[in-house]
Amino acid sequence: MTHAPWRPMARLTARRALYAVPVLLVVTFGVFAVAAASPFDPVKAYAGTAALGADQETLDRLRENLGADRPFTARWWDWLTSALGGDFGQSAVMRQPVAEVIGERLLWSTLLCAVAFAAAVLLGTVLGVLAARRPGSLVDRAVTSAAYVLEAAPVFWIALLAVWLFALQLDVLPAGGLTDTGSDRVTFGGLIEHLALPAGVLAVSQLPWFTLYVRQGVGDALAEDPVRGARARGLSERTVLLGHALRSGLLPVLTLIGSRVPELITGALLVETVFSWPGIASATVEAATAVDFPLLAALTTLATAAVLAGNLLADLLYGLIDPRVKLEEM
Amino acid sequence: MTTRRRIRGAAAVLATAAAVSACSAPGSGTTDGAAAGESVVIGVSTEPDTLSPLLGYGKDGNSKLFDGLLARKADMTLEPALATALPRITDGGRTYTYTLRKGVKFSDGKPLTARDVVFTYRTVLDDDTNNTARSELAAVKDVRAVGDDTVVFTLHHPYAPFAARTVLPIVPEHAAGGQDPNTGPFNTKPVGTGPYILADWRKGEKLTFKANPHYWGGTPKVKKLTMAIVADDDVRATRLRSGDLDGAVLPPNLAATFKSDDDKKTYRATSYDVRVVTLPSGNPVTGDTAIRRALDLAVDRQAMVDKILDGAGRPAYGPLPVDDPWFAKDVERSRDLAEAGRVLDAAGWTKGEDGIRAKDGRPARFTLYYPSGDKVRQDHALAYASDAKKAGIDVRVESATWEVIEPRMHRDAVLAGFGSTGDPDFGLYTMLHSSLAGDGFNNMAHYDNPAVDRALETGRRAQDPEARRAAYDALQRALVKDPGYTFLTHIDHLYVLADRWKGLTTQTEPHEHGFAAGPWWNVEDWQPAA
Repeated sequence: MTHAPWRPMARLTARRALYAVPVLLVVTFGVFAVAAASPFDPVKAYAGTAALGADQETLDRLRENLGADRPFTARWWDWLTSALGGDFGQSAVMRQPVAEVIGERLLWSTLLCAVAFAAAVLLGTVLGVLAARRPGSLVDRAVTSAAYVLEAAPVFWIALLAVWLFALQLDVLPAGGLTDTGSDRVTFGGLIEHLALPAGVLAVSQLPWFTLYVRQGVGDALAEDPVRGARARGLSERTVLLGHALRSGLLPVLTLIGSRVPELITGALLVETVFSWPGIASATVEAATAVDFPLLAALTTLATAAVLAGNLLADLLYGLIDPRVKLEEM
Repeated sequence: MTTRRRIRGAAAVLATAAAVSACSAPGSGTTDGAAAGESVVIGVSTEPDTLSPLLGYGKDGNSKLFDGLLARKADMTLEPALATALPRITDGGRTYTYTLRKGVKFSDGKPLTARDVVFTYRTVLDDDTNNTARSELAAVKDVRAVGDDTVVFTLHHPYAPFAARTVLPIVPEHAAGGQDPNTGPFNTKPVGTGPYILADWRKGEKLTFKANPHYWGGTPKVKKLTMAIVADDDVRATRLRSGDLDGAVLPPNLAATFKSDDDKKTYRATSYDVRVVTLPSGNPVTGDTAIRRALDLAVDRQAMVDKILDGAGRPAYGPLPVDDPWFAKDVERSRDLAEAGRVLDAAGWTKGEDGIRAKDGRPARFTLYYPSGDKVRQDHALAYASDAKKAGIDVRVESATWEVIEPRMHRDAVLAGFGSTGDPDFGLYTMLHSSLAGDGFNNMAHYDNPAVDRALETGRRAQDPEARRAAYDALQRALVKDPGYTFLTHIDHLYVLADRWKGLTTQTEPHEHGFAAGPWWNVEDWQPAA
């Protein structure tokens, strides 16, 4: 096997990084514009329930201190220039620096997404191959219909159902949080226990797509000449399926990985909310309803970067696995 | 006015875990400290935005992490906390002098001095500090330290209830100074003199407090206090039932499901939390004194308490609850539909064919808004409209968000909620004084009654308690003659708590409740039952 094409990969990465700059500019500007046009009042959101008893002088003073009256274009420019200098600003609504807000939550969100995504990819591949092996069989029909049902089910509904079943009825897994209510230490065993439901639900919500695509890809590949040739040479069914059909059938699935990142993030927001997972979800909701520009912009940048990175990863993998693909042309 | 509910819950089984560890490891020297009465997990619906008193945390006391110069006892009277005694009031009520308790240390070991007190008040009063309650201290002209242990407040004008404002928690200048009070690290890593120290705060999930071993008032018996944030009422009740929570704040219908539970006790706290209909002066119908009086006579307050609140409340005959020491007993009145009709007839509001009264061609009709999603206010609004209809007044009930309601407050009625504890001045002045008409959410009805204004001024300036009482009596009677607000009910707050401590009490609670209110208002004084 030829060694990996490092130079083209690096060049592609650099090109994509350049391309990301205008994307990020447009996205953050758009977020500022949408937030400024929203009916939410940053002063009311900041003061919370206290606003409903506050006098006009207090509300006006807060409005001035929060800079809520300045045009969003000016605020965007300020944010941009200080962010380039490494200062992401202060989150008014969380009463904390933005870097701190994200820093203390990002790890937990990343953990949740990574575990769920890995589980969805692995399980999806297994189920897809099982289903594709004998199209129309009982296994195929069961897997396919289950996938369609799950695809139609909203993720928060699955999450609530899971809480009801596993936490309330069976009482085998905790309904949420990072640790038991009475304990503070995050232990490995405790973390696994608390991660099981949210990660499981998120994985299940991502599963149908992968399963169906793998089934399709492998099914098509089984009908292709190389596979027929392999069968004709008398190779074992196992080698044919895993060595030939799966390898070429996985190619279209790889591109999916990148395109699924946005859905994974939105799914994670819902799952985090239901399970009180201390990730970035609640911060995102709060930043949006409070029109907290610095926090909102940082979170959007983060999400955009994740999507771009996901696409890049998919393209790189594609180039690595399929020798016909030329990275220089992407 | 609304209690915001944002965050959802987590789960586990603390009570059993505590019991198991206590049984399985006797004398093994665990540092867990999980004996039955030493740890408590409470479920509340909201968490504080910040733990810094500079931005408003704990401004009414019971902050756990901090102490004020003064504190409130179970019966809401003031007692010295960081001060050695109640303040010395001189200069006709313009100067308040406090002497600080000696030997008090912050949880980081540094001593409390008068400079910390001055720093706290000056920062709260600073224009650049985003404190939403700063106007509560508007009377303060200057605060200065005299030596290490004396603090002197100078006021713009004599302000009789000022001492009740000095329950404001004191923060250490060495920990909270030198940073932006709005976003600095003190907001999440507070240092105080209080009975508890913050052990951990996972936003949206829970706050954990551990006992301050060097607390000047003695180390609390409850060593560990966890406040779990569970926004949903049903989830909170479920987790309380499973033993995951030891106590929780619950609505009446859910609290009732714990009645037969032997190891749980229900606590009912009376409150100043009033549900009231604002009747804007600018609206020709609601601004009419005859209409206002008729509505006041037509509402069946007792039925609202019985049907809407399941008995967990009291009829409100004015802004002050019936058991308040300042309540004027003679304003208690019963429903009188016939009298309501006579008042309207005498004023020229005559009944038309559709049963709705009219005067000079103007129908007795107005819109009543309630904030959407608030079931209790919705029920009050509908009951109010049905009572009004019997008097021939057509009240159209509509729900909306505050963004929609706010610009309409000057002409449409709103089903509002208010209630401040501590002194009648705190809630009444902002609600009724004509100078604050339409000022933010103050005086939402644009109420303008010279007799009430005079009483409010006397109430806040007079030093003689009897003169203040006379003023507030006069105010409550004036409100019956011209009811610019229809007061409906004072709502009780219900709490269910595992029965492992003895002699628990509740305070009379303000509109906001949950975190600092409830039987755990003085958790530092709890004594395990066994």
